[in-house]
Amino acid sequence: MSERQGVEMQNAECKMQKEILHSASPDVAGPFLHFAFCICFSAAGAEMTAIEPTHEDHHAPHPFLQHHFEDLGQQHEASTLGMWMFLATEILFFGGVLCAYFVYRGMYHDAWKAGSHHQNWMIGTGNTAVLIGSSLTMALAVWAAQLGRRKLTVIMLTLTLILGSVFLGVKMYEYSEHIHEGLFPGKHFTFVEHNNPALTPGVQLYMTFYFALTGLHALHMVIGAGLLIWMIWRAWAGHFGPEYYGPVEVMGLYWHFVDIVWIFLFPLLYLV
Amino acid sequence: MTPSTLHDVRFIEPEKTRNYLNEDYGVFSWLLTKDHKRIGILYLLSVTLLFFVGGFFAFMLRLELLTPEGDLLTSDTYNKFFTLHGIVMIFFFLIPAIPAALGNFILPLMLGAKDLAFPKINLLSWYIYMTGAIFGIYVIVTGGVDTGWTFYTPFSTQYSNTHVFATTLGAFITGFSSILTGLNFIVTIHRMRAPGLTWFRLPLFVWSMYATSLVMLLATPVLAITLFLLMLERTLGVGIFDPALGGDPVLYQHLFWFYSHPAVYIMILPAMAVISECVAAFTRKKIFGYKFVAFASLAIAFLGFLVWAHHMFVAGISVYSAMIFSFLTMLVAVPSAIKVFNWTATMYRASVSWQTPMLYVMGFIGLFTIGGVTGLFLGAMGVDVHVHDSYFVVAHFHYIMVGGTVMGYLAGIHYWWPKITGRMYPEWWARLSALLIFVGFNLTFFPQFLVGYVGMPRRYHAYAPEFQVLNVLSTAGATVLAAGYILPMFYLFWSLWYGRKAGSNPWGAVGLEWATSSPPPKENFHVTPVVTWDAYDYPAFLKAMRETQNV
Repeated sequence: MSERQGVEMQNAECKMQKEILHSASPDVAGPFLHFAFCICFSAAGAEMTAIEPTHEDHHAPHPFLQHHFEDLGQQHEASTLGMWMFLATEILFFGGVLCAYFVYRGMYHDAWKAGSHHQNWMIGTGNTAVLIGSSLTMALAVWAAQLGRRKLTVIMLTLTLILGSVFLGVKMYEYSEHIHEGLFPGKHFTFVEHNNPALTPGVQLYMTFYFALTGLHALHMVIGAGLLIWMIWRAWAGHFGPEYYGPVEVMGLYWHFVDIVWIFLFPLLYLV
Repeated sequence: MTPSTLHDVRFIEPEKTRNYLNEDYGVFSWLLTKDHKRIGILYLLSVTLLFFVGGFFAFMLRLELLTPEGDLLTSDTYNKFFTLHGIVMIFFFLIPAIPAALGNFILPLMLGAKDLAFPKINLLSWYIYMTGAIFGIYVIVTGGVDTGWTFYTPFSTQYSNTHVFATTLGAFITGFSSILTGLNFIVTIHRMRAPGLTWFRLPLFVWSMYATSLVMLLATPVLAITLFLLMLERTLGVGIFDPALGGDPVLYQHLFWFYSHPAVYIMILPAMAVISECVAAFTRKKIFGYKFVAFASLAIAFLGFLVWAHHMFVAGISVYSAMIFSFLTMLVAVPSAIKVFNWTATMYRASVSWQTPMLYVMGFIGLFTIGGVTGLFLGAMGVDVHVHDSYFVVAHFHYIMVGGTVMGYLAGIHYWWPKITGRMYPEWWARLSALLIFVGFNLTFFPQFLVGYVGMPRRYHAYAPEFQVLNVLSTAGATVLAAGYILPMFYLFWSLWYGRKAGSNPWGAVGLEWATSSPPPKENFHVTPVVTWDAYDYPAFLKAMRETQNV
């Protein structure tokens, strides 16, 4: 056995002894709370526990540190990496349908042009601005949570929620206009604006992709709004501060991603 | 001399009265558990159940094919049965089997972690899986679906009057369960490794699971969106994939196989993961060319994304793109062969212990090689056009999926059974069942290569009389195979009560999962292990073992 190995072993032994000393398992939530929350999906991986934050005992584990992580840093890294991985999945999810979009855009170029010219680009631009604004307030909310400024965090998250809702409201208005005009794909589809009836099947395909893409995007917005309400509640309850703000950051990643999807959808569906 | 610290974490074997199985009792302590080990067991039970559901359909197909005439099943029923066989086996057994059941249980133990990174998401993924499975069961009891497991359009969207929507919705839902499992594994491998457990000290199981998880994460969403578009088309009557309304059915095939070919690697990579562990444990050697095997997993995962159109050589794609896909398909053979050669090289001049898992390993290596080489035949365009949609193809992918994945799954079940349950399975019965499975498998599927090569097409309930001999052989083999699969159900359950107590490390294997007690405590390790050795460090381990025995 070499000298170096021996030293390594001693280090390992010291470390293990330390681990033993600190291994008091902080599984504080009672079984009933486990039952209540354990199917509750938390992208941030944060667990609500029965005890309130305390700053008196420095050795007490942070109330939002889950038992299977060593420290908050590890927990934070895990939850942000988890969200990045989820976004990778999302890119492929939207990527699949965008791929089909591009194939048909190439096949039915004129119909695609007729369809996208039919969209109201003014409303689209306005809505894009609203969404970019919500990204700004979201970023500010993360910043405020990092600084532990509770009220500012709540205000910024609420503004994000409001802007997101405005976007969804405008989208609903656009949808109802399209449906009134008979542009919803299916048996009753009519497209009268253009004089060339040969374009109708292509325009119907375009509208199918329009509804599929914007509908999936809107679904992501609705889920995001739900998460925002939860985050507002947690921020209000004072859960976040300089050492623990992971959920807001992860929420922010998701929200920015959904915005970026729109940044692609807007030109593809309204402008080109 | 006191036992050296380097190895004593492997020797910790205190008698534990508390373990993950007796920590809590009651149905809800299982249904609401966040413990990766219990979730692994939930998966184990559910995939086993669905394996036998899928197996039932397979057996009915084989019975029908005993005679050339369609006398047991009508053609419609036969169509439904092969469709349900494929859907149940692929979406509800092969894809979750090893990662979600064994991987869930073993991966955190191998990493020295207390749990996966997201325990709640892990439980959620089981519920998502079960929701999808319930749709599958609903379809089975209310009349089935007849599109084939590939749901090709426009048949699935325009003409089939069976439960296409419910089936695709079930597959769509189940997809999210494997996405979440993959996500959980990747984050866990990145962030939850024990101190000192560097990437190149990881067991090859972990490397392979990492590659699998990447495929799950990046391919499954494409299936989800494809099935979403299919459901949209079927519901609204629009023509995304319907040529009559301007759509393109070949695009559907592209999108479908963009997932479904990588899905083959979701099935085979975890089996390879198990094989690496078993080869090292039963030869008492380091895996030959560790880094090559590790990177071969990633290479298979990467190349797997680039070969999907080899399923479409006769679907009307351009001959030039077919040539490129054919070439890329050949490339997959390289990392696969690296693995096979390295396992073989590990066994060379080793004293191999022929316990049951090792028997399955030998089965795997032989059958996977046959399946892989016939895959090269099919990847070559000329041969593919000749044998396309014949029983040759059926035999090929069953050699990979049954001969490969199911063999790997059974190897893993037997290898980790003592860790999971704390009891040994009865060795004699297990060897018997391994033998039955090997013989039955070959008898079932080898004749299908022959009958396919001479022109028997797949997916028909009746066939020309000259094919009967080979079909009878195949059905006879299926009977042996069924016996081989049912046998473990009995002796494994028997062993839960009557099996010999295993102790923490019955195989004398290295790896952190063997350092904790069997069954492991709820938190896996009482002391977070500190890793100072390479994976499969058998030479040092055996030396340390001898030293402690001499004390």
